[in-house]
Amino acid sequence: MIWQLDIILLPLVVICAVAAITVRDLFSATVLLGAFSFLMCMLWTEMGAVDVAFTEAAVGAGVSTAFFIAAVFVTTRRTKD
Amino acid sequence: MITPLENIIIKTICRLLIPFIQLFGLYVIAHGHGSPGGGFQGGCILAASFMLVVVAFDLPEAKRRFSEKMNNIFSSLGVFIYAWTGWMCLLLGANFLDYGILSKILPVNPVMARYYGMFSIEVGVGITVMAIMVSLFLDLVTGGKHEEALDE
Repeated sequence: MIWQLDIILLPLVVICAVAAITVRDLFSATVLLGAFSFLMCMLWTEMGAVDVAFTEAAVGAGVSTAFFIAAVFVTTRRTKD
Repeated sequence: MITPLENIIIKTICRLLIPFIQLFGLYVIAHGHGSPGGGFQGGCILAASFMLVVVAFDLPEAKRRFSEKMNNIFSSLGVFIYAWTGWMCLLLGANFLDYGILSKILPVNPVMARYYGMFSIEVGVGITVMAIMVSLFLDLVTGGKHEEALDE
């Protein structure tokens, strides 16, 4: 546990999570969700859970971001609500 | 629908990068039982390299390199490897996936038999996860229509 890294990472995680659900552009939301996944990956590495962090980096930041981008391409880019 | 884009920089960078991504995915699968990583993560990395092919080049080019038929074969092959390893343990008289008993047919002691049993499980999981992730991505990127893929 390195509390200095915690102080840097935790506000960034909260900012990315809140921004991903409030932004109007779906593509921006996807990119923000990828950034959230990557920050969570760094947080887990810092807490010592390397295997969970590896899964988060491969699945959360890598594959699911590509899935979301492919899904955004077949829908409209801006939300209606 | 992802349209093909004619950008020499993206194509060259992807052509250089994709072999290293695939090598890293194979490394993660092969070292999954001794270090962080494993079949699921390695399969996801291999699938991500295929998605990079689709994004950088176009869909027919990607399907020419890794066709839908090969994808189906790979997705069942991984399950077959996993189930076959488990059933070999059952046939030799132990529980399902109790790899230690595999030392009866492999020329190693039970500890190393467990090691190789775990390795073959990781390979099976990696192959299936790669094929299923690629198939999900192809479903999403074509909007579920699978242009020309259903004719194969």
